[in-house]
Amino acid sequence: MRITCPWCGPRPLSEFAYGGDAGKTRPGYPGKAGPDAWMDYVYLRENPAGRHKEYWHHSGGCRSWLVVTRDTTNHEIAKVALAGPQAKDAGS
Amino acid sequence: MTGQSHRLPQGGLIDRAQTLSFTFDGRALSAHPGDTLASALLANGVHLTGRSFKYHRPRGLYSSGPEEPNALVTLGTSGRTEPNIPATMVEVYDGLVARSQNRWPSLKFDALAVNSLLKPFFPAGFYYKTFMWPRSFWCRLYEPMIRRAAGLGALANEPDPDRYKHAHAHCDILVVGAGPAGLMAAREAALAGARVLLADERPAPGGHLSGETIGIDGKPGAAWAGAVADELAAMENVRLLSRTTVYGRYDGMTFGAVERVGDHRAPDSSSPRQRSWTIHSDQLICAAGAIERPLVFAGNDRPGVMLAAAARSYVNRYGVLPGRNVVVFTNNDDAYRTANDLAGAGARVTLVDSRAEGEVAARALLPAGVEAHYGEYVAGTKGRAHLRGVTLASSGRGIACDLLCVSGGWNPTIHLLSHTGRKPVWDEATASFAMTDPGDGAFAAGGAAATFDLGLTLREGATAGRAAARACGCRLSGKADIPKAGQLPAYGVEALWRVPDAMSKAQGSFVDLQNDVTVADLELAEREGFGHAEHAKRYTTLGMATDQGKLGNVNALGILSELRDMPVAQAGTTTFRPLATPVALGAIAGQARGRDLRPVRHTAMYRWHESHDAVFTQAGLWLRPYYYPREGEDFAAAAAREVHAVRSSVGMVDISTLGKIELKGPDAGAFLDRLYINSISKMKLGRTRYGVMLREDGMVFDDGVVARLGEDHFFITVTTAHAAQVMQHMEFCHQVHWPELDVQFCSVSEAWAAIAVAGPNTRDALARCVTGLDLSNEAFPFLAAGEGRIDGAPVRIFRVSFSGELGYEIFAPAGSGAGVWRAIMEAGEPYGITSFGTEAMTVLRVEKGHVAGPELDGRTTAADLGLGRMMARKKDYIGRAMAEREGLVGAGRQQLIGLKPVGKDGALRMGAHLVNELGAVGPDVSQGRVTSAAYSPTCGHFIALGVLRDGRSRIGERLYAVSPLHEEQVEVTVTQGVFVDAQGERMRV
Repeated sequence: MRITCPWCGPRPLSEFAYGGDAGKTRPGYPGKAGPDAWMDYVYLRENPAGRHKEYWHHSGGCRSWLVVTRDTTNHEIAKVALAGPQAKDAGS
Repeated sequence: MTGQSHRLPQGGLIDRAQTLSFTFDGRALSAHPGDTLASALLANGVHLTGRSFKYHRPRGLYSSGPEEPNALVTLGTSGRTEPNIPATMVEVYDGLVARSQNRWPSLKFDALAVNSLLKPFFPAGFYYKTFMWPRSFWCRLYEPMIRRAAGLGALANEPDPDRYKHAHAHCDILVVGAGPAGLMAAREAALAGARVLLADERPAPGGHLSGETIGIDGKPGAAWAGAVADELAAMENVRLLSRTTVYGRYDGMTFGAVERVGDHRAPDSSSPRQRSWTIHSDQLICAAGAIERPLVFAGNDRPGVMLAAAARSYVNRYGVLPGRNVVVFTNNDDAYRTANDLAGAGARVTLVDSRAEGEVAARALLPAGVEAHYGEYVAGTKGRAHLRGVTLASSGRGIACDLLCVSGGWNPTIHLLSHTGRKPVWDEATASFAMTDPGDGAFAAGGAAATFDLGLTLREGATAGRAAARACGCRLSGKADIPKAGQLPAYGVEALWRVPDAMSKAQGSFVDLQNDVTVADLELAEREGFGHAEHAKRYTTLGMATDQGKLGNVNALGILSELRDMPVAQAGTTTFRPLATPVALGAIAGQARGRDLRPVRHTAMYRWHESHDAVFTQAGLWLRPYYYPREGEDFAAAAAREVHAVRSSVGMVDISTLGKIELKGPDAGAFLDRLYINSISKMKLGRTRYGVMLREDGMVFDDGVVARLGEDHFFITVTTAHAAQVMQHMEFCHQVHWPELDVQFCSVSEAWAAIAVAGPNTRDALARCVTGLDLSNEAFPFLAAGEGRIDGAPVRIFRVSFSGELGYEIFAPAGSGAGVWRAIMEAGEPYGITSFGTEAMTVLRVEKGHVAGPELDGRTTAADLGLGRMMARKKDYIGRAMAEREGLVGAGRQQLIGLKPVGKDGALRMGAHLVNELGAVGPDVSQGRVTSAAYSPTCGHFIALGVLRDGRSRIGERLYAVSPLHEEQVEVTVTQGVFVDAQGERMRV
């Protein structure tokens, strides 16, 4: 499996670390988010057969956190973007 | 050395001018360059090469390729011993040592062959059904006994002296197989400009062509293949890997391959023995050919029974006549070539074809004098260590012979097309499972695409090469140049899964030779409800071990479909998974063994520790001094002396392994506020603070020192164990949660050596070597941070203490670490300054009641550890919301406490459970556990930290610390967690 890092290009899996489900947004604190929102953010994870948005860290490279859209059934990668709002600036 | 009784006077791709010597089971034999171990054994008249896996039946050479099920040998001696290598894949070199396997005391007389007579009592699943009771006997008696009786070769219990390498390759198009299809594909793709990698498992290109008489462009097949390979080798965009097996396809067009770099010559440590390749490609062309299918009938496993194409390849490629009286038994036209070639080499040949005469196109190939029987089967064989004759089914006639060539048709080699989970489909015309749609980026050509005509194969290869080149963006020009292939009758086949009366002799009709699976075993599997291909495989061990079902699986699928009364197309195949062929563990490990498996990290002061007799301990990848024994001291005495030095005068310890992170930027303080539970942004310049981080689930993640070196400049230390994770966590928080914060940070763990100096005389000692910083208590009080120089090097000095004594942590540029260490040592000499290791460090911090790794185990909250007051009320930080949830606060939590034994002699142990009374059992008996324990020379007895349910309200209670594993129980008193200087005065003086 290879991941095309927006900064570094196609790199082997061994350079990356998995960071889990990227479909969740951290509730702010203090804020209106109640225990259920936090429960959902910290513990509840989808386990889809198919496309999944997930965090990967280019830990053996530029150290960017990426959002990778991966098909869990065949590891096909549909999209790679920088995590966070600066994703737009990188033009990915 | 005996003569080569079965070597032909001419022909083959061997060099008769040179003679090589090798041994098989200690017997000296001769061979020629170009021979495999298999062809050399046959040339010497050796057919019997092994005993079968389960019944210990004599078995002989069956094939000429990697699918060999029987002739598995052990090569080499001592540490180079390698078991289970197919003799068909071993190139003979001078001095090769080979041994047969699974026999005792010898190959000719094998004591366990008695299993063969007991065969009716050894059906599939026999061992599991029989050796069940008593249960404890399984691992002690039954399993070792069965393992000795049934098995393959044995490993050497010595280190392997050979070297193995890992390598990566990138290409546009990976072509697997340098037979006619692969060569054509590679050539067309390369001419179109694609970067091509052509891998082939044999030493020379040509594939099956090398074992055939059919030519291309008027040249012998091997000569044509050699010329194309030379042309490819001269092209810059082509890489040829011979002796290389592509064993697996993984996600994203990544392939695993192993190159046998040095296996064809005498062992030599100067070059790697094997190279393990990871190949990244854009397109795949599978031109891996096809593997011939056996036929299933009674006694089909005797030495002297061989695949038909293998037999003619021994004649054509190796100049060896494997038998003089030959019967060819077939259900297809391909085997007629064998009849033709063996008759041409001087054998007397009888042909038995299961088909009616009218259907056979290849009759024209039969030379005069070959007796042919149509609509006939071989029903049985005679002989013991070697075949003596066969019996025909309908006529009942016996034919004396010493070689029986069998061909049940051809199976395309489609592993690399199927590893992605794609299922092959049944192709009626060729009676085989083929991959009609290989999927995006993959192509099949030639035998791998179930094409068994040479002319079509060449064309298909060229087409695949051009299509793949186009797919990766190459521009094609002109038309493919297709060479002219020699003509053969069209290939026809009529499926024959088993000879009709094989049912009555099911026990002797082998489907999987390597695993001794018979028709009877498949019948049993079906009868007991395990008739599905995937079930039957597990039930009978069909298709396991080294050949992975390359020979037997399709026949088994056919037989199972008959037993289940469904078309074979519907029965389907088992799942293809990498690895398709066995790979030596050494090749998988590559360089990563011994020291190279895990790098060892040394601090800047390592040489000093070494030359001062430090005993080292591993901390992650780091080597850290554990203690420094002096003459006559044991571990305990050394640690006690080191602790005493700190408590009474001054000691120093190498803490360079701490993780260190430097942060700058206007929002650095705000960023740290959100990471630590306590407030950071309000810290004064030139101050340090103890900080604690939580995980988002509210549990403690890490702790360390935060120093503010400037308005926008912070330096933090994190624990050795979590250094990498904390950095990763901070990057996540910054990039994902709070990208708006203007802060930059960088791991500087390697850039700084670090030394902790502690003890009542520390200030006086340091004053002798530190310049540029006033160390007086007034100018540089507890928790101050400053910069100065030691030994000319700029250093950062933090006045912090984990021991409770007057203490400083000194950070020096790594390159100056050793010099700074020596300078402090020298300055402390008048005070008897003592270096101490991690054991004394542990004792000191437990005496002071400081938490460390064992307490920060991911199950404790800050409140549990008595750090609840640090949790800021007016800010968000990672973990805050979840730390406040029900269940993590309030009664019933296990809280940090101290423990001491009631009797002075009691020894406490980390991991012991705390119980109210002895002897009670049940889920709620344990009240907590001992997290850290040490003998305190300061207190004169053992002390411990632990967590105890509602512990802070139980000070003074008596409990038992029990460790049933060690049969220990010690009565303990619960104390507040600080054993030395509970008021914290000493570190503030």
